[in-house]
Amino acid sequence: MKQYTNQGSNDTRSGFGDGLTELGRTNPNVVALCADLIGSLKMQDFIDENPERFYQIGIAEANMMGIAAGLTIGGKIPFTGTFANFSTGRVYDQIRQSIAYSGKNVKICASHAGITLGEDGATHQILEDIGMMKMLPGMTVINTCDYNQTKAATIAIADFDGPVYLRFGRPKVANFTTPDLGFEIGKGILLNPGSDVTIVATGHLVWEALQAAEELESQGISAEVINIHTIKPLDEEIILNSVKKTGCLVSAEEHNYLGGLGESISGLLGLKHPTPMEIVATQDTFGESGTPAQLMTKYGLDKASIIDKAHKVIKRK
Amino acid sequence: MSDINALENISTQVRRDILRMVHKVNSGHPGGSLGCVEFFVSLYFNIMDTKIPFEMNGTHEDLFFLSNGHISPVFYSVLARKGYFPVEELNTFRLIDSRLQGHPTTHEGLPGIRVASGSLGQGLSVAIGAAQAKKLNNDPKTVFVLMGDGELQEGQNWEALMYAAAKGVDNIIATVDLNGKQIDGSTDEVLHMGDIAQKFKAFGWEVLSIKEGNSIERILETLTEAKSKLGQQKPIAILMETEMGNGVDFMMHTHAWHGKAPNDEQLENALAQNEETLGDY
Repeated sequence: MKQYTNQGSNDTRSGFGDGLTELGRTNPNVVALCADLIGSLKMQDFIDENPERFYQIGIAEANMMGIAAGLTIGGKIPFTGTFANFSTGRVYDQIRQSIAYSGKNVKICASHAGITLGEDGATHQILEDIGMMKMLPGMTVINTCDYNQTKAATIAIADFDGPVYLRFGRPKVANFTTPDLGFEIGKGILLNPGSDVTIVATGHLVWEALQAAEELESQGISAEVINIHTIKPLDEEIILNSVKKTGCLVSAEEHNYLGGLGESISGLLGLKHPTPMEIVATQDTFGESGTPAQLMTKYGLDKASIIDKAHKVIKRK
Repeated sequence: MSDINALENISTQVRRDILRMVHKVNSGHPGGSLGCVEFFVSLYFNIMDTKIPFEMNGTHEDLFFLSNGHISPVFYSVLARKGYFPVEELNTFRLIDSRLQGHPTTHEGLPGIRVASGSLGQGLSVAIGAAQAKKLNNDPKTVFVLMGDGELQEGQNWEALMYAAAKGVDNIIATVDLNGKQIDGSTDEVLHMGDIAQKFKAFGWEVLSIKEGNSIERILETLTEAKSKLGQQKPIAILMETEMGNGVDFMMHTHAWHGKAPNDEQLENALAQNEETLGDY
């Protein structure tokens, strides 16, 4: 199996912050907006270097989305920063009308997504955001897996013309992707070739999927691991090619099974290539307080769940 | 004075356009549209410096945003009469495959529209963003926005009002159409908003008012005064008292025509009160 090593744990939000800082140096049209969460979103370096291109909105996310839409009229590329919960559910109609329907080039950058937000609990742990955002016509939805990928994605979306939802997280996680993997919007990444089962993972579950594949290999099961960072538009080709070979699939994400990556893939398979499939995701529930690791275990979002579902789906072939 | 006569003539034709548009599809919002005819005509034919053909970024031109998108008929008529698109296209209002959607949108590429509106309370934020982009671009032009009074019940407006004052956004002129009416009745009955001028002032805005919001003379005077106050670290608001349904006697002094089209007989009556000036589409 292809080996991936943790180059040093880091948070995906730092990848966003560092990507934004680089954009500040390379793209004069990039502007940043924040709703009172500069530290959490790691935006301080961008602000220090480009104070005139930063807008502190205060705790007023609806206004932030409208202002971001307005800034595009004048050629700016606004990056909004707040938690995923306040980037989506709180401002859904503002995004829908002023950004998505209006076709505005706004980058909605959402930190602290999912259950790994941890101790703050379910009020802040959004598990529905991918679903809300992928339902919007014309919205690109990206969920990155580690520091390097988040930084690369942040830089890549500035060159893409159209609204983007970029989802990342709070905790320090393994940083294992390498520059040679690249970042192309809408293009899945084959992390490990295999023949018995396909594991498609996004976000924090990608590292878990690689760990699961290693253990499965020791059990004599060859798992193909694919990273889908862009949930919409979905890279159908990489998924269909893989299941044609393996004959079954497990998806893994830190999101409700309703509306998430698993739902998108099950729709794809049902329509184009019916294949046994299992989904690792939360089961239509809110989260709760706890450490990220405790929550991932309790809600079945870990290596063990992926291995379990892999065994189950292989039997269904 | 001749200028005002010319604007009056355009206004009369715009009223005819509005009435014929909503009558044809038996839907749309004539009341608020008629109430703002003089404002739109003054803005587009006298006050604003705009460019045709339309360019989305609006560099070095004044910009206008309509927040209360349901008064699209007056917006469409004025854009067409100004030359953004052929007046014949007004014939397609609210019909399938039209660029003239029920509420304004950029989605179908209608020249003159810079953001979709209709879901209320969002236009001021967008206008502020556009105003800040102008500052960043060293573009000295002005951003205008129109909001309804009922729409002020949406909380986002107050976020935007607080923000614009705090950040000294002083290249924006926001007009509120105070017609005192909304779908379920008068604004006082539905949700009394108290002293709106005092609220805007308390939020840090420079507030002007127009008591006769259907008088082109008063509108021009006040918009000119507003322009003279730009660039002084304060956003500017104009509270404009209008008569819903203005120019059609039976549509005035009632909220009944907020979202209702006239029938054949009513249309004939209304058009007789507004004789053709520039030629019907």
